[in-house]
Amino acid sequence: MKLLVCVSKTPETTTKIQLTSDGSEIDRSGVQYIMNPYDEWYALVRALELKEAAGGTVTLLNVGPAENDPIIRKGLAIGADDAVRIDVSDEKDSLYTARQIAEYSRDQAYDLILFGKETISYNGSEVGAMVAEFLDWPYIGDATHLEVEGTAATVTRDIEGGEEVIEVQTPLALSAAKGMAEQRIPNMRGIMMAKRKPLEVVPPVDFPDTTRIAGYHKPAEKGSVKLIDPENMDELVRLLHEEAKVI
Amino acid sequence: MVLVYAEATNGEFKKVAQEAVVYGRKTAEVLGTECHAVVLGDHAGAEALGKFGATKVHRISGEPLKNFDAAVYTVALSEAAKQLGATVIILPHNSTGKNITGRLAARLEAGSVTGANAVPEMKDGYFTVTKPVFSGKAFAHVQLLTDVKVISLAGNSIPVTETGGEAAVSDLSIDLPQPKTRVVKHQVASGRVPLPEAELVVSGGRGLKGPENWSVIEDLAEALGATTACSRPVADSDWRPHHEHVGQTGVAIRPNLYIAAGISGAIQHLAGVNNSKTIVVVNKDPEAPFFKAADYGVVGDLFEVLPRLTEAVKKYKGQ
Ligand SMILES: Cc1cc2nc3c(=O)[nH]c(=O)nc-3n(C[C@H](O)[C@H](O)[C@H](O)COP(=O)(O)OP(=O)(O)OC[C@H]3O[C@@H](n4cnc5c(N)ncnc54)[C@H](O)[C@@H]3O)c2cc1C
Ligand SMILES: Nc1ncnc2c1ncn2[C@@H]1O[C@H](COP(=O)(O)O)[C@@H](O)[C@H]1O
Repeated sequence: MKLLVCVSKTPETTTKIQLTSDGSEIDRSGVQYIMNPYDEWYALVRALELKEAAGGTVTLLNVGPAENDPIIRKGLAIGADDAVRIDVSDEKDSLYTARQIAEYSRDQAYDLILFGKETISYNGSEVGAMVAEFLDWPYIGDATHLEVEGTAATVTRDIEGGEEVIEVQTPLALSAAKGMAEQRIPNMRGIMMAKRKPLEVVPPVDFPDTTRIAGYHKPAEKGSVKLIDPENMDELVRLLHEEAKVI
Repeated sequence: MVLVYAEATNGEFKKVAQEAVVYGRKTAEVLGTECHAVVLGDHAGAEALGKFGATKVHRISGEPLKNFDAAVYTVALSEAAKQLGATVIILPHNSTGKNITGRLAARLEAGSVTGANAVPEMKDGYFTVTKPVFSGKAFAHVQLLTDVKVISLAGNSIPVTETGGEAAVSDLSIDLPQPKTRVVKHQVASGRVPLPEAELVVSGGRGLKGPENWSVIEDLAEALGATTACSRPVADSDWRPHHEHVGQTGVAIRPNLYIAAGISGAIQHLAGVNNSKTIVVVNKDPEAPFFKAADYGVVGDLFEVLPRLTEAVKKYKGQ
């Protein structure tokens, strides 16, 4: 089975997001980056499990600048066979990113392309669906289980308050959510081997920007907390009704 | 024209559809144009979408729409948008929308914003949409640069208001492809409102000590008519189903009321809940970081406080 896992980079989850003084950008100074957790914990690990069960290769793909290489190497240390980075200097919008992934994979005969459910930075949850449309493939978002037998895939996806089970043929694109696999920690051998695994750098294809982020703002600061006597929950109910007006 | 995909839930146009149409109406006002809705499949009551601001409803039917298939739905919506000359297309940012929005944007080569939480504005000459990023730690102002634009709307982002009467419903004929996916099981727990749509949420963390203690959360939720949620370690330990896990790597929610008991308030947890309108924190540790993000705090043992709160809610509701 030929598997492609698309991985992105996000600020480490404990990062406090600060804006530049004019609010036009995120202040990147001192920010540590990690592989997007959904890509690492679920998409990549499930791809490795499928390969271990049925044979094949797992390739990582990132659309991004050279500074993403350590993140890609971590994916190789966890067990991917090789990697490709489509060399763009900056973070680009979803459609641009998707177009790059689609154009690169069009002739590669992948059976499966796995994405994370969303990047925890931009929270788009759209790149996978875009790639699938460009390739005219089926796509299933927020998948929690995936079984593949030959070309027949069975996928469970999260829906509001429940789940849906879908049968579909490969080639297939999907985004992986919690439930798909268990996080793997790279070991020393993996880390050493990762250094020698191929990481190919390819140029992007031309595609226009369709969106632009003009600026940011932060959520309004909460006023200080109003403490309620633990013996007096009638008072809390009264405040929720009369002051907060939420019940 | 602004075209809204009004999703039917179990054949009815519920809150997701109503919110999307209200949002579409407000977007149309900004652009000085009309808001139309499109419904996929034969659903009764589509004329009622007029109440929320759709001046016309277009209905697309056909066998390929019987079960959800994102590629087929995408063709239906993109062809409708082209035939009708829509410049903005609006979808819900839920499990349906997440499978379609990206496809639609790619098919139309349209700029898109997913999970928008405010009505678009014309700012500096650009059509600009605000959305939460970093799971709610900040909001981005996204300019859409293409002639046709696609937006998906986060749940609970806009109050549903009624402005109009009935809309005229007419059929739109579109050649649909055959679905490549086959839904073999569709299972939804009845009863509670799904977490992303819930207005009231009661959530428990590791302070509950074990799954056997969840009745204090359940009872309060029951009394309020709220949906239950949990922190990540709780879902990781299988104390609760994983779809209850809220936070940066779980569901991001924005209910009117979020009650958190036995949750410390780690930054990754706060990221998914801090846009809730009102936050109540119950924790025995007065130094718990969650109190800094709370509107109301109760310092105490949740096993005593929650049953007391449940009784107080029942008393209030009984009045
Ligand atoms: C990459 C990454 C992503 C993450 N994503 C998420 C996420 O999406 N969501 C999430 O929730 N977490 C997430 N986490 C985990 C997060 O960092 C915290 O570990 C987690 O939120 C803690 O859960 P908790 O508050 O339930 O438990 P704890 O931190 O153990 O807190 C338990 C609290 O209960 C209180 N308590 C104990 N007994 C009682 C009692 N009898 N009465 C009242 N209070 C009591 C304690 O004072 C304490 O404050 C993530 C972590 C990482 C590294
Ligand atoms: N720059 C990128 N390079 C490779 N894959 C990406 C990139 N950005 C997003 N993805 C993939 O698309 C998924 C969804 O991203 P998003 O639509 O931004 O939430 C991520 O979880 C990744 O699997």
